[in-house]
Amino acid sequence: MIRFKLNGKDVESKMLPGARLIDSIREEFGQIGTKEGCSEGECGACAVLIDGELVNSCLVALGSIEGQEIVTIEGYRETDRFKVLDKAYMKAGGVQCGICTPGMILATEALLAKNPHPSREEVKVGLAGNLCRCTGYNMIVDAVLQAAEEGDGLW
Amino acid sequence: MHISRIQAPVKKKDHDEKFGAHALFVDDLQDKVYLYAKAVRSPVPHGKIKSIEFPELPEGCYKVTMDDVPQNGVVVIQADQPVFAGDVVRYIGECICLIVAPTQRMADELAAEVKLDIEELEPDLELRKGNEIAHEYRYETGDVERAFAEAVDIFEETFETGYQEQAYIEPQGMIAEWEDGIMTVKGSLQCPYYVQTSIKHAFKLDDQHVRIIQMATGGGFGGKEDYPSVIGCQVAAAAYAIGKPVKMIYRRQEDMEVTTKRHPSKSTYRTALDKDGNILAMDIDVMFNGGAYPGLSSVVLQRGLICATSVYTIPAVRALGTINLTNTVPNGAYRGFGAPQTTFAMEQHMAHLAKHVGQDVLDFRLKYVAKQGDHTSTGGKHSTKIVMPELIDRVLKKSDYRNKVEQFKNQTGRYRRGIGFAMFSHGCGFTGSAERDLLKSVAHLYKHADNRVEVRVANTDIGQGIKTTLCKIVADTLDIPLERVFCNNPDTFIVPDSGPTVASRSLMIVGRLIQRAAIRMKEEWEDGVEKLYEEHFIEEPTTIAWDITKFFGDAYPTYSWGVYALETIVDTVTAKTELVKLWGAYDIGTPGDETIAMGQMMGGLTQGLAYGSIEDMVAVDGKIKQNAFNSYNIPTSSDICDFDLEFVNNPYEWGPYGAKGAGELPLNGGAPVYTQSIENALGADVMKIPCTVEEVMELL
Repeated sequence: MIRFKLNGKDVESKMLPGARLIDSIREEFGQIGTKEGCSEGECGACAVLIDGELVNSCLVALGSIEGQEIVTIEGYRETDRFKVLDKAYMKAGGVQCGICTPGMILATEALLAKNPHPSREEVKVGLAGNLCRCTGYNMIVDAVLQAAEEGDGLW
Repeated sequence: MHISRIQAPVKKKDHDEKFGAHALFVDDLQDKVYLYAKAVRSPVPHGKIKSIEFPELPEGCYKVTMDDVPQNGVVVIQADQPVFAGDVVRYIGECICLIVAPTQRMADELAAEVKLDIEELEPDLELRKGNEIAHEYRYETGDVERAFAEAVDIFEETFETGYQEQAYIEPQGMIAEWEDGIMTVKGSLQCPYYVQTSIKHAFKLDDQHVRIIQMATGGGFGGKEDYPSVIGCQVAAAAYAIGKPVKMIYRRQEDMEVTTKRHPSKSTYRTALDKDGNILAMDIDVMFNGGAYPGLSSVVLQRGLICATSVYTIPAVRALGTINLTNTVPNGAYRGFGAPQTTFAMEQHMAHLAKHVGQDVLDFRLKYVAKQGDHTSTGGKHSTKIVMPELIDRVLKKSDYRNKVEQFKNQTGRYRRGIGFAMFSHGCGFTGSAERDLLKSVAHLYKHADNRVEVRVANTDIGQGIKTTLCKIVADTLDIPLERVFCNNPDTFIVPDSGPTVASRSLMIVGRLIQRAAIRMKEEWEDGVEKLYEEHFIEEPTTIAWDITKFFGDAYPTYSWGVYALETIVDTVTAKTELVKLWGAYDIGTPGDETIAMGQMMGGLTQGLAYGSIEDMVAVDGKIKQNAFNSYNIPTSSDICDFDLEFVNNPYEWGPYGAKGAGELPLNGGAPVYTQSIENALGADVMKIPCTVEEVMELL
C-alpha cells in the first residue's frame, strides 16, 4: 500500500510499487486531466507537481512517491493562481486542442513559483519540456507573461 | 487596423472545458468496463502469411481476425486496403489481427506471443521511377513543346522532401460498441462521416446502424482525417466479434510507426528560358511516395500538382504527377495536403533560376507573381482579387529584407546571418468539383424552444476553433448573444453530413451554409418555437469549370495568400541554425476571429518551419526509424523565434463575412522561407528538406 497526498487528500494506492504514477492518478483515482502523450517523458502532457516540482508522471514509479504531495490539474484548478492563468491563456489564445493544456498550466505554475517575473526567454526555456503542436508557442508565452503581470503578488 | 465585429476575439466556446481539463478525450472515458485491443503487426515489409499461431488465450481474452469482418476493406476513397491483412502483408506494421483482453497490459503481452510464419517476398522500398504506379495525373497549358524548342537555355533541378509526422500530442484512439444491431464508434477523429462510410462498408450496415461520435480531439493536422477509418474498422471488428465495448488506444511508438504521414516526394523542374532570362515554359515531374496502399494519395497528389507553380503565373506548363507504391507505411493527409512539397520545390527553383540568369532572387520572382485575371496552372482563371503586392510590400518593409539580403552576402565568420523571403498560397476548399459532385454538404441550424440556437454540423473542433467561429456567425446574423448559440461535438445520429474537416473548408464552405440558415431563421424568428433549418451546398461561380478527366479549369473557387521573411543565424562550426525573427502577412479573406485565426497562422507556420529544418523521419529497410519524440524532434518553445504577423483584409464574396480558407496556408511557406534564409547565409543551394544540421554540414 503506497500512501501519498493527491490534491490535498490522503490517498492509498493498491497498485504495485513499480506501477506508473500516471496510471494510479487516472485509473485508480479517476483524475483524467493528466494526459498521456508519449509514455516516455518527452512531451509533458502528463506533468504533475510533486512537492511543487514539475515531473512527468509517466516516468514516476508509484513506490518512489510515498508520503509526497501530488497536485494535478484537478487540484490546481481550484486555486486563485489558476484563475489568473485561465484569463491570461484565454485572452492570449493559448489553448487550441487542449491536450497539452493541463501539463502546460502546471509547467506555468512551476515556472512562476520559482520566477514570478520571468523574461520572454526565461518563459520559453521554462516551458520547453512541454510540447504543444497547435499553437507554435508564442501565444502561450504571451499568456504566461500576461499572467505574471496580472497575478503580481500571487506568486 | 479597423476590426469588424466578426473579427473581434471572443472567449472560445470550448475554452472552459479544455482549460479546466473537463473535456473528455477518448482515453478518458471510464463510463463502463472496456476491453483493450492490441494489434499484431507485420515485422516484414512484404510477405506471404503462411500461418498465425495464437497463444492459449485465458478466459475473457480474444483474438479478432479478418474472419470477423464481413467485407475486409477500409474505404478511404475506395476499399483498397484490408482491415486486417489477408494472405499478403505489404508494409512493416500492417495490422494482421488483434488480441483483446481485460487490461491493456494483458493484451500487449498476449499480442507479443502471437507467432507469425511469413514467407518474405521481395520488397520495393525506395521512391523511384519504376515503382508500381497507383495514380497518375497530367496537365498542359500553353505550348510547352514549342517553348522548349525555342529556348536558348534549359535549366533543370530535382528536389526532395521527406516524411512529416503530424505529431498530434494525443495519439490515435477509438472505442467501439456493438449493441442492439447498432455499431457505435467514439474517438479522436476529424471526419465522422468518413469513419461511418468505412464501417458501413466493412460490416454491411446502413446509416441507421452506424453511429460515430467525436470525442475531444487532441490535434489532427490531417492525421485524423483518413487513419481513423482504419483504426475504427479494426476496433469495430473487435466489438462485433466479442459483443462488448472495446478500447484501442495507440501508444506513441505504434502511432509514429504505422499511421499515415506526409508523402515524401521527388520533383524535377525543367525550365525553358529565352535569351533575356525570361521563363518560357516549365516541365514538371512530381513523384509522391504513396506507401503500400493508395488511400487518400490521389487527391493529395492532385493538390500537389496543381500547386506545382505555387503563386506564379508561368506562360506554359506541363506537369506529370504519380503516386508510387512502395512497401512502406501508407501516407495520407497532413495539413497542406501535397502543397508543401511542391511549394518548396517551386520557390527554390524560382530562386535558383534567378541566380542562374544572374538576377536578384526576389525581383526575378516578383515578375511572375499571379495577378487577378491571370490563368492558373491548370488553365483556370484567378477571378478573385489578389492583394499580393500589399502583402509583399508590408513584409519587405517590416523585415528590412532588401538591406539585409545584401548585407548578409559573402560572410566569412563563424556565425553567418541569412534572410529568406517566400511567397505561397493555398487553394481554398476541396480540389476540383468534389464539393458539388461528391460531398453535397448539408448543415443544420436548430432553434430550441428556449430560444437557444444549435449549430449541427459534422465538422469537428480539433483546436482550430470552428465551434466558436460558426457560433459567432450565427450570433452576429441573428443579433443575439453568443452565449445563446452552441455547437456540440458531432454525433452522426444528430448532425447531417456537412463534409469532412479538411482542406481549409469548414469556415468558408460550412460557415456559409450556417450563415444562410441563420438569415432564414432571423426572418422567421418566433420566440419559443422549435424549428430546424437545413441548407445545402450551392456552388460558387467559377470562370472555367473544372474537368478532372482533362485536369483542366478552376481547381479552387479562390485562394488564400501569404508572404514570409525569416532571419536566421547559422553557426558554421556546429552547423546549427538559430531562428532570429519571422515577419509575415496573410490574406485569408476576412478572419472569422483575429485571435483564433492568428493561432492558426502561428501553429501552421511553426509546423512549416520544422518541416523545412528539424523534422527528419526516414524509413530504413522499410521501417520508420524515428518512432518517438526523442528521435523525431518537433519544435519546443525554446526553438521558436518571435513572429510579427498580420492580416490584410480582402473579403471573399462567397465566404461567410468574407472568410476564405486559413488552416493550411501558413504551413506552405514555412519550409521555403527557411531554406531561402540558409541560402542567403551560406551562398549554397538547398535541394532537399528537411535541411537538418547534417544537410547544413554538407552545404558548408
